[in-house]
Amino acid sequence: MSELAIEREIDRTKMQVSDEVAIEITGMNKWYGAFHVLRDINLTVNQGERIVIAGPSGSGKSTLIRCLNALEEHQQGRIEVDGTVLSNDLKNIDKIRSEVGMVFQHFNLFPHLTILENCTLAPIWVRKTPRREAEERAMHFLEKVKIPEQADKYPGQLSGGQQQRVAIARSLCMMPRIMLFDEPTSALDPEMIKEVLDTMIELAEEGMTMLCVTHEMGFARQVANRVIFMDAGQIVEQNEPEEFFNNPQSERTKLFLSQILGH
Amino acid sequence: MSDVSFVRTEMLQEQTPPASEVGIIGWVRHNLFSGWFNSILTLISLYAIYYVLSGIVPWIFQSVWNANSLTECREIMMATWGSTHGHACWAVINDRWLQMLFGFYPDHLYWRPILALVLLLIALAPILYSERVPSKLLYLTAAYPFLMPFLMWGGTIWGPISAALGFVIGWGVYTVLSKQLSGLLGLVLGVLATVIWWLVLSGYVVGAMDSILPIGIEAVQSRQFGGFMLAILLGVVAIGVSLPIGIVLALGRQSDLLIVKYLCVGFIEFIRGVPLITLLFVASLLLNLFLPPGTNFDIILRVMIMMTLFSAAYMAEVIRGGLAALPRGQYEGADSLGLNYWQAQRLIIMPQALKISIPGIVSTFIGIFKDTTLVSIIGLFDVIGLSSAIRADTAWNGIYWELFAFIGALFFVVCFSMSRYSMYLERKLQTGHR
Repeated sequence: MSELAIEREIDRTKMQVSDEVAIEITGMNKWYGAFHVLRDINLTVNQGERIVIAGPSGSGKSTLIRCLNALEEHQQGRIEVDGTVLSNDLKNIDKIRSEVGMVFQHFNLFPHLTILENCTLAPIWVRKTPRREAEERAMHFLEKVKIPEQADKYPGQLSGGQQQRVAIARSLCMMPRIMLFDEPTSALDPEMIKEVLDTMIELAEEGMTMLCVTHEMGFARQVANRVIFMDAGQIVEQNEPEEFFNNPQSERTKLFLSQILGH
Repeated sequence: MSDVSFVRTEMLQEQTPPASEVGIIGWVRHNLFSGWFNSILTLISLYAIYYVLSGIVPWIFQSVWNANSLTECREIMMATWGSTHGHACWAVINDRWLQMLFGFYPDHLYWRPILALVLLLIALAPILYSERVPSKLLYLTAAYPFLMPFLMWGGTIWGPISAALGFVIGWGVYTVLSKQLSGLLGLVLGVLATVIWWLVLSGYVVGAMDSILPIGIEAVQSRQFGGFMLAILLGVVAIGVSLPIGIVLALGRQSDLLIVKYLCVGFIEFIRGVPLITLLFVASLLLNLFLPPGTNFDIILRVMIMMTLFSAAYMAEVIRGGLAALPRGQYEGADSLGLNYWQAQRLIIMPQALKISIPGIVSTFIGIFKDTTLVSIIGLFDVIGLSSAIRADTAWNGIYWELFAFIGALFFVVCFSMSRYSMYLERKLQTGHR
């Protein structure tokens, strides 16, 4: 994995971590059948934090953030997102999902709807926003991700990078307080990774709370305020990016960093 | 080693292709004579087509249109061409086409099935061509299921009104109870209320209203129904009702609720495991044994129910195939935006799953439409049953080809239209490569 250079200066004026807790995970365990995927996860994320979760494949990092909006069910422990405790109650789950935006590796846009319809669907049906208002907001966010001219096309007619930016805009249209990114650049050509990362950086600059599973270490170094390293379903090390990259403590982290940054 | 270095200084311009690659000559070269083997195959095929057509075309066009019996037909053929071989006797169609279309439906009431058919086409328009037709027509579509039986069977107007009232009552019960109790309980009780209304109360209400205010049109008995009209009637009902039932069954089969799942699986596998003809015999003979004596359960209604259930089981499997073809990410995308189960199904999953299943769905439609001819075996005079009845007449004894050619043409027109519509729909729903 390369360390993509981020050329521009990042505006840090609004990137402030508040004392308000956005996500609190205590003693969380998850099994797939007999396989123990997540082991005793404890994590508190404050409002405005930008966290990058790194780790080898199969370490449970995607599963962790998918548990936060109940795409995966956890068996033990407590997850509280934005003041709502994640339980089996469908009302709570739908409430959390509408407050938490999620961006997937494979975009998961709806191919039978236009870009604009993709962005207005959830606001109209879940938030009951009037159509006009939803469309105005969708165009605002499409402009923000720099593809307003594609609004009437279908996802299949866009490049991967454009699709991922639409996916980000679609999430933003729900006005989420927290954004989850599940390897947002892993399915993209190198030329397109940058445009998606730029969008994510802009989001961070506006003070969005973000949890990103990514292999983009350049992004982690420059944007994150905390890097979490996971292996075998547990959090092995977490630190500020500077310390994490320059002075890793655990042997496992050192090995991982040497492998992904080695050449 | 500077030999390998190469830099293009000027990009090449596009050039027109050689004449042998484009136009008619290019097409013929590519598609008919692209090599000696293909050229021979082309010539053999052309000869085969000529051979078949040279037999059929004269049979169709050098034919007798006006005669009162097969014997008279043959006399005319001998007089005109000197042979009875290779000439069609369309006189039988000329003589009996109304009967083949309408069966024994009273001829002064032919306007009713014709009006029902015209209304059907108008009612279908907003569904089939949603973007070209004013959506106000959907009111007619909603009223059609009650209007059509009234036109076809006639009788008192209170019957269809009472049937429609059953839906209103069920909806009322559901909306009131689903707010006070739970959604599922409200749904169950709403359906229960509708069924109780139809089976128990509706009869008294219709009787009472009819004695107070007798409005109605001349009644037609089910045994007078027949001909191609019967095929369309059974086909439209089976197709129209089996699609929604099929969707529900397909969703039920994928459900996490164990009892719902196994009920759906059991139903689908049972119905698919039994030939349609068996189900039709059950409808015509066995059902009477189980029903309380004196129940007048219309034979056409029984056949309609069986055909609908049969086609719904196939539909469910076709749609399940469409559901299985959807990537998991679509469900996750919908979930992550906070859409609930029914919203996700209606807005995201079903539009895509149904689109994928269009060829299979239309095949099932065409299949069930052609299967309506099986009702001739249980004694209904559909168009096949009528062809036997026509042959039983001494005037037309021994005539086969002309009748079956006519029947074939009728079915072909309808089935081919469905097939073309499905292709149009697939093209319309095409939203770029995925």
